[in-house]
Amino acid sequence: MYIMENYLTPNFHGFSDLRMNDYAQEIADKILTAYQQKQPLKITSGKTKQFYGRKINAEILNVKNHSGVVEYEPSELYITARSGTPLSEIERIIDHKNQILPFEPPRFGASATIGGTVACGLSGPRRAYSGSLSDCILGADVINGKGEQLHFGGRVMKNVAGYDVSRLMCGALGTLGVITSITLRLLPKPENEQTITFETSCTEAIEKMNQWANTPLPISATFHDMNTLYVRLSGSPSTIKSSAKEMQGEFIEKNETFWETVKKHKHPFFDTELPLWRISVPPSTPELNIQGECLMEWSGALRWYATDSDERAIRTEVERVGGQATLFKGNSTQNIFHPLSKASMKFHKHLKQVMDPGYILNPGKMFAEL
Amino acid sequence: MSTSISTADLSREFCKILPRASVLDREEQLKPYECDALTAYRQLPRLALLPSTNEEIQAIVNVCRRYEIPIVARGAGTSLSGGALPHSDGILLNLAKLNNILEIDPHNRTATVQPGVRNLAISEAAKPYGLYYAPDPSSQIACTIGGNIAENSGGVHCLKYGLTIHNILALKILTIEGEILEIGGKNLDSSGFNLLSLMTGSEGMLGITLEATVKLLPHPHDRKVMLAAFDQIQNAGDAVNGIISNGVIPAGLEMLDHLTIQATEMYCSPGYPPNAAAILICELDGYDEELEVQVKRVSDIFHSHHAIEVRIAKDEQEAELLWQGRKASFPALGNLTPDYYCMDGTIPRKHLALVLDNINKLSVKHGLRVANVFHAGDGNLHPVILYDANVPGELETAEKLGGEILELCVEVGGTITGEHGVGVEKLNQMCVQFSNAELETFLAIKNALDKKQLLNPGKAVPTLHRCAELGAMHVHHGKLPHPELPRF
Repeated sequence: MYIMENYLTPNFHGFSDLRMNDYAQEIADKILTAYQQKQPLKITSGKTKQFYGRKINAEILNVKNHSGVVEYEPSELYITARSGTPLSEIERIIDHKNQILPFEPPRFGASATIGGTVACGLSGPRRAYSGSLSDCILGADVINGKGEQLHFGGRVMKNVAGYDVSRLMCGALGTLGVITSITLRLLPKPENEQTITFETSCTEAIEKMNQWANTPLPISATFHDMNTLYVRLSGSPSTIKSSAKEMQGEFIEKNETFWETVKKHKHPFFDTELPLWRISVPPSTPELNIQGECLMEWSGALRWYATDSDERAIRTEVERVGGQATLFKGNSTQNIFHPLSKASMKFHKHLKQVMDPGYILNPGKMFAEL
Repeated sequence: MSTSISTADLSREFCKILPRASVLDREEQLKPYECDALTAYRQLPRLALLPSTNEEIQAIVNVCRRYEIPIVARGAGTSLSGGALPHSDGILLNLAKLNNILEIDPHNRTATVQPGVRNLAISEAAKPYGLYYAPDPSSQIACTIGGNIAENSGGVHCLKYGLTIHNILALKILTIEGEILEIGGKNLDSSGFNLLSLMTGSEGMLGITLEATVKLLPHPHDRKVMLAAFDQIQNAGDAVNGIISNGVIPAGLEMLDHLTIQATEMYCSPGYPPNAAAILICELDGYDEELEVQVKRVSDIFHSHHAIEVRIAKDEQEAELLWQGRKASFPALGNLTPDYYCMDGTIPRKHLALVLDNINKLSVKHGLRVANVFHAGDGNLHPVILYDANVPGELETAEKLGGEILELCVEVGGTITGEHGVGVEKLNQMCVQFSNAELETFLAIKNALDKKQLLNPGKAVPTLHRCAELGAMHVHHGKLPHPELPRF
């Protein structure tokens, strides 16, 4: 079969022996045993995002060893990798062929894996301009809470057969299944990228970013930190030059380093002991009435606050503008994620029951009830 | 069961909710709803209802739940897979009256619309703000957003701008329990599971869409449309791969084979090279100088794959002419044949030439002509099987041939449906693409969210019993163990 040929063709850059690193069966067996013994499992991999989500106590199931790029077809614009594959390895391999992950994953440590990235569902700077992590998912292999190995989606962009269970895994924090392999859509790397800056207030930055977003300007990232707005432009040098002129911004020298800092949360703002809130609002929402310093990304659709303000006050303010607030980091017994409506929680519980009837996969990681 | 109430009594129940004129019960009133665009399947519903408010729909769902009456929601009925085929025991819920654009928000670049709003009407309403809604299924003049969400519709430009799922932000869904579920918002991230993805493409089986908020995009700066002709289909297929491998993502990249070229020439004379084995139509968009560079690059790729002619539209008028033939392909093919059957598999692009060659072999084997006109850029094939329903056995042969084409798509690593949905049409091929455990997951999701199987029952996901009757096709690709069994 055609697919098998690809599995066996060692045509890439020294991938480790695929057969050696296939632990799917072992993981499935462990889950089956846990299901039979009603033993809750805490799924881990690169352990770089352990701060994210509710704290749970359970037997650890580490899936990091289940790794390796299974298929990479540059001309087909996709990559299939086992969940334990380091994100850095995937980015290195595709960079070799001048391709990128369109959602530009944020990175909180060198050992981050693709499985953990998908489970957390977080997207980086490019998200508002070339799509989210969920948008890039073409297919996934998943082990459900009964230890059954399942395959959903595929390798092609257009695929509407069956319910979209592969994208359902994105951001589910492992509560619906253990991802064993994921197929992601890729994009060609832009020919060139440059960043321009503006000295502006928060209010003016929100206005500017949303005005530009209504035009075809080749913007691929935005970032505002109190008084400076950074805008990344992607395309040919001539397009970037003419766009920068139209926008009247000043070029910065270290374009790549700057966005690495943003992606890795190395900006001084993130060096805080205060609880860190990740707030998702309609992009043109005016400055929020929340105490503390604010960072903005995604044309204003993503706002970060480092603040010890009261949780309820934050959520009420965010709900007022049609948004949601997540306590991204911070030691707390509070709700981490924005509470669900009663109807939505009911729907969620039904899905949890289908995928993990024994309630053993990361139980309580997202909400106590799931 | 659903027969526990007579149709007359049921009609009286609905007349308490709706004006009498919105409850259709006479055969001549129900006839227009007996099929969607897949006309080979026909079924009259017990009643057809035309609600005009969310409250009416909620009340209808409550009645249906009480009496266990199946509900098939329908927009414009343009589905090509029988997704809106009525249920013999059920009601047909026509959402066409819910056709209000509730809001165009130019500041956040969103449109909030009712399910019966036509796809193209969104772009028309957004036009004054320089914005548009990207997904453009070929039926976009008529098809509604509710149906687009149910089927996760694509279109000519989804290679660059994505399918419906990539372009919607929020849904208001009515569950069979009669509860309203709000999913997403004008913001980009929401807590909880990714329900937007689960609902999109679920063919009306998990809930009824009452409202949708979609993304609006600014129009591209400029566009160029090109045509390349090839004397071998293999070269055209390789050129498609060449373009994508070279880091170019066209806004659209379409292929027409010889039979389609001839049909369109006879139909509307778009000026396609009549002797070509295949042509590619490529639309690129972007900024002036960068666009010129891309046009040059694509043109070079065409030449290096032995194009016998490369044409670049000089102006908008010529660009429209090049697209016109593509857009008229289906009616043009309709002129060649009393009936046609349009398929919808997706394959990895690299297998284009191989699959087209095998489709040709299947066409010869079954003695029916197959034309190919499709979204080459994303490997989404639309083989069109030409047949005559008045010739006994030809419809069955066409369906058999179609089924084999879809199984071929699965065999090369593709899927049985790229954008038309499974509906009633491709239930058997679902058994080929998915294992029992995977189908069980789909059935369990359906069961958990709609225990009594009232929302569009019998569509999209086959029962395991049905797959068992067909044999273990998931394992034995393409080899039907019981060819004598009925296939629908």
